[in-house]
Amino acid sequence: MNPSRTSSLPDRWSLDALRAAVRAIERGARKGAGAVVPFDLPALDGRLAGGGLPVAALHEAAAASIAPGDDAAATAFLAALAARLARAKGEGRQVLWTFLPPAPFPPALAGVGLAPARVFYAECRDEGELLAAMEDALRHGGLAAVVGESGRLDMAAARRLQLAAEESGTTALLRRRWRRRGGDPLEAPSSAVTRWRIGCAPAAPLPCGIGPFAGLGRPRWRVELARQRGGAPFRWLLEAPDAEARLALAARSGDRPDPARRAIRDASVPAAAAAA
Amino acid sequence: MSRDLAIRSDGAGALVTILREGNRNILAAVSPEARRLGLASGMPLAKARLLVPGLDVHPADPEGDATFLARLGLFAARRWTPRAAIADPDGLWLDLTGVAHLFGGEARMCRRILAFLARLGFSARIAVADSFGAAHALARYGGAAIILCPPGGGAAAIGPLPLAALRLDEAVLATARRLGIATVGALAAMPRGPLQRRFGGALLARLDQALGRAGEPFDPIVPEEPPAMLLRFVEPIATPEAIGEALGEAMRRLVRRLEATGLGARRLLLLCERVDGTVQRAAIGTARATRDGAHLMRLMATRIEGLEPGFGFEALRLVADRVEPLGARPVESLLAEGEAAAVADLATLVDRLAVRLGARRVYRLGARESDLPERSLVRLDPLASAAPWPRWPRPIRLLAPPEPVDFVLSPHPDGPPRRFRWRGDTYVVAAADGPERLYGEWWRAPDERAAIRDYFEVEDMDGRRFWLFRSGDPDQPGSGDLGWHMHGLFA
Repeated sequence: MNPSRTSSLPDRWSLDALRAAVRAIERGARKGAGAVVPFDLPALDGRLAGGGLPVAALHEAAAASIAPGDDAAATAFLAALAARLARAKGEGRQVLWTFLPPAPFPPALAGVGLAPARVFYAECRDEGELLAAMEDALRHGGLAAVVGESGRLDMAAARRLQLAAEESGTTALLRRRWRRRGGDPLEAPSSAVTRWRIGCAPAAPLPCGIGPFAGLGRPRWRVELARQRGGAPFRWLLEAPDAEARLALAARSGDRPDPARRAIRDASVPAAAAAA
Repeated sequence: MSRDLAIRSDGAGALVTILREGNRNILAAVSPEARRLGLASGMPLAKARLLVPGLDVHPADPEGDATFLARLGLFAARRWTPRAAIADPDGLWLDLTGVAHLFGGEARMCRRILAFLARLGFSARIAVADSFGAAHALARYGGAAIILCPPGGGAAAIGPLPLAALRLDEAVLATARRLGIATVGALAAMPRGPLQRRFGGALLARLDQALGRAGEPFDPIVPEEPPAMLLRFVEPIATPEAIGEALGEAMRRLVRRLEATGLGARRLLLLCERVDGTVQRAAIGTARATRDGAHLMRLMATRIEGLEPGFGFEALRLVADRVEPLGARPVESLLAEGEAAAVADLATLVDRLAVRLGARRVYRLGARESDLPERSLVRLDPLASAAPWPRWPRPIRLLAPPEPVDFVLSPHPDGPPRRFRWRGDTYVVAAADGPERLYGEWWRAPDERAAIRDYFEVEDMDGRRFWLFRSGDPDQPGSGDLGWHMHGLFA
């Protein structure tokens, strides 16, 4: 399986082709320029400018709200992206997880596809150290991805990470933390190539479940592509990654047994219909 | 040299160490108090207990003693004489030829060595003689702490000593005792022919060694010097550029020496001697033995900023104080094309991060055999391989410690809650999985013996998932206080 596709020269000057040409000039002839890792999910890959997640780039994700559950979803989303990148880039490629304590719980990272043999951790004391450690790791060039969890990385710092990622062909994944209620971290400008907003959504009820003691289905997320370079924003209702880091499109279930929950879902995910 | 075991115990004060020999315990060493009470090494423990009822008995540690003696021998070889050797499990040989005058003569040197050992808590006896055999005999059977034998006086000095002083087998000693030979002097006076016929060569060889007539093999301790490079400057240097330049030169020479000896550095120490006599030091460690000069230089360069040259450094010493053998390795990444060429050595990155963050902050996390989530992690070397966890659902954020949850509405005694309040917000449960019952680890702590936690994965109306547990089972008293706790958040 060869997941990476390279952008080719345009045959005719359509708008898309022009955009691709501009991107190619922007990136120059750098290592891994234009290579993408697809999600293997046409509904997602079709909306991404390069047909997948650009490899030599900085990507940001943040929780949809300050609620701790959404925060956990954003972390798991980045872990799944890192796992996909590690798988796509070949055996033995490692992921570095830099963080300010507390760390994510590694058994759960393994549960979304990032096995303990694939990831190692760098515990930082402040944002400056985290940025420096991420940049070191990106410039090393031998990693599949570098994940960082940060609260207040400014525009200049994000630009440094983006440049380091472009030069080495290593993907930078940054989780923006909410620091106060109402202060969406994705409102601040950034030079990230894609910016994602992840929130939890009610899972599809199990067909045999009865009342509150029904078992849990596969978790669902509202995944919003808030911004991407060279493409339009979009949103999906997705099922959380499995142990192989595969996301799935949530099937629309027309007959949910609990009307209260259906009301919540329909109100909060209007774009799901378009995606499906 | 015998180890002083006089640890003040509250009982009789007599302390012995024992060794197991066959199926009986033999005294290995006895304290001065115990010796005064009539105990001696080699005595069975049962007999010793009969003689001294309140005896303090500890197991002997021959390996530990040997290790310590080796360390002491190494120290002697570095400090006192270039030729030192381990004589037997409780003695050292020091060749004083040409070194005694450096310590103020033989007598003064012996006193200094005794004082040094006394500070370490050892009592020792020293004998100086022409031959190793004579010195060995006098130190053990001479009866004084320091015996200085004048040149040529060895035979006279060991004459009155018992035959056991000659390092002979028990069988030879028994035969000699039967024949009435009690002292070394008596043996030396006897004609050699019959002795050779009666005892074989061993007895006469030992006698000749003690009298200095025969040579003796000597296996000196050679202290291992860590590879080091010393640069002295005509003019003191103070600018970071000059220090970097000098460090580069020292590094090039050190790497050449490491190459020649087939070693790789795990730890480098930079010692900068300032004009005013103080020494500034900087250290770096590496994740894997290396002699890549450029990589070591990059790591050390981050430490140069921390040095304070003051009026300048006049000497610079670079020491590889932890080294490991490093053979030639195939350089795959240089030969391979394309993708493989990009996979650089991870160890260089680990070193850079360890220098930046501290070696303890770069790690891999692997599974440890424990069901309790907070104990299921083990920190490993970042280059080590890690064992995976069992595939149970686990939260991506684990709260440590678990946080109390209140206002829990749980209609079934062993079911999940229907609503609860955590951190001031009320959550209504829409669906739940569980329970997953985890038992306390009874082998760790007594209060964990009966502990039970029932874990539930619950989803609230907004689809957020929590990992709650109730400590204890209502039907099993003592298994917990039945309180609810929040232990983590699922994605």
